[in-house]
Amino acid sequence: MTASDNTQSMLISLEKVEKWYGAFHALKDINLTVRKGEKIVLCGPSGSGKSTLIRCINVLETIESGQITVAGRVLDGSGKAVDAIRREVGMVFQNFNLFPHMTVLQNCALAPMRVRGMGRAEAETLARKYLERVRILDQADKYPAQLSGGQQQRVAIARALCLEPKIMLFDEPTSALDPEMVKEVLDTMISLARDGMTMICVTHEMGFARQVADRVIFMASGEIIEEAEPDVFFTSPKHERTKTFLGEILAHH
Amino acid sequence: MGPIGANEFLFILHGLKWTALLAIIGFIGGGVFGILIALTRVSKSPAARATAAAYIGLFQGTPLLMQLFVVYYGVALLGINVSAWLAVAIAFTLHASAFLGEIWRGSIQAVPKGQTEAANALGLHYVSRMKDVILPQALKISMPATIGFLVQLIKGTSLAAIVGFIELARAGQIISNQTYRPLLVFGIVGAIYFIICWPLSHFGTALEKRMAKAAR
Ligand SMILES: Nc1ncnc2c1ncn2[C@@H]1O[C@H](COP(=O)(O)OP(=O)(O)OP(=O)(O)O)[C@@H](O)[C@H]1O
Ligand SMILES: [Mg+2]
Repeated sequence: MTASDNTQSMLISLEKVEKWYGAFHALKDINLTVRKGEKIVLCGPSGSGKSTLIRCINVLETIESGQITVAGRVLDGSGKAVDAIRREVGMVFQNFNLFPHMTVLQNCALAPMRVRGMGRAEAETLARKYLERVRILDQADKYPAQLSGGQQQRVAIARALCLEPKIMLFDEPTSALDPEMVKEVLDTMISLARDGMTMICVTHEMGFARQVADRVIFMASGEIIEEAEPDVFFTSPKHERTKTFLGEILAHH
Repeated sequence: MGPIGANEFLFILHGLKWTALLAIIGFIGGGVFGILIALTRVSKSPAARATAAAYIGLFQGTPLLMQLFVVYYGVALLGINVSAWLAVAIAFTLHASAFLGEIWRGSIQAVPKGQTEAANALGLHYVSRMKDVILPQALKISMPATIGFLVQLIKGTSLAAIVGFIELARAGQIISNQTYRPLLVFGIVGAIYFIICWPLSHFGTALEKRMAKAAR
């Protein structure tokens, strides 16, 4: 592979990223590159900075120093860069964050209309396509509160997909779900992964990580401690903190 | 003592018309400016936020009566010749915009942060974020308080009598002076206020209870 191939296929890069919340050092010297089609699972103890890291990628958080490049666009603090990056990056939250006063269909059609300038009919056609994709088209006219957690999360995935992003970020998408609903959401994510979507998932679903991830990254206290392919990561973690963490996680599952 | 006939009653109803108009204008004008005040109050600029806070503080910290006087005589001092009607409408609009602005500021901030984050993540800009996502939810949250304020505003219109405005309360006073039957006349006037305000209050309280239940 030539150098230019390398940059071509690189979708996300974080270089020497530092993030502070006031006096609290939330991200410390984060370096990370994600190639097109790669699936990354990000794990680590509570408060280790996982959410902060992925939220920096779509500029829900700003950084103090370092450089973030997404889909060839450097985040230079300009509104244009923010817009461009948010069009390429979809995000799914732990608490779904669907708009409760809109139907499922309206939830999905809003951004295509406002961001991509589509007419209502076109946006709704697109919305139906992605609702079908997550197998929930039959609920299109309901309000979020009328759906189960698993269904709401699939709607949230469809809503993000409606901008046809190159990258999907997931922040503990199954943590708020009843156990019996976790599978339907993970299955949707697995199917996205199979279609070649570039994904960064913060999750403690280690089965998902084994099945889907190209790389597992372990964070603690704002640092990337260890990163490896799932097989290596789960069977022979190098760092003491990773071992402790894995012990705790696996004991729970 | 004089009788209270059709003429007297019509006069009172005429006053009611002005009361209703004044309340409606105050509410609509106050609503439009109130949204602007609320948005300014939660804007990113500290200077804008402080200005809106000062505006709200000024109107919440002084009696409505003083506000009426200041606007009524103030516009006259500026050399602008406006009718009592317009001056009073302006005063009520300013007053209502401050109170509604503060109510809606609270409701905007009561919309969960995740809603703004989701809107941002979808790339929605300020106008869409507010118009499509935040304000519809904020207005719903604010309904009980907004209705409560409307009731206050309707009752507050009686103060317009001080600057010579013949609304419901003032009409009652005039008829009472003519007929020497204050108890009966003010009984009727009070009943009219009650018939308008009580259902509104009741509706607001019912809404509040329903929302509290839904939130559980
Ligand atoms: N807005 C904020 N202001 C101040 N501190 C914050 C803020 N957001 C996060 N933090 C702190 O930064 C650290 C990292 O938070 P982050 O949410 O990224 O952790 P996390 O790894 O996602 O944890 P969890 O597994 O609990 O979601 C935490 O200690 C948190 O308290
Ligand atoms: Mg988190």
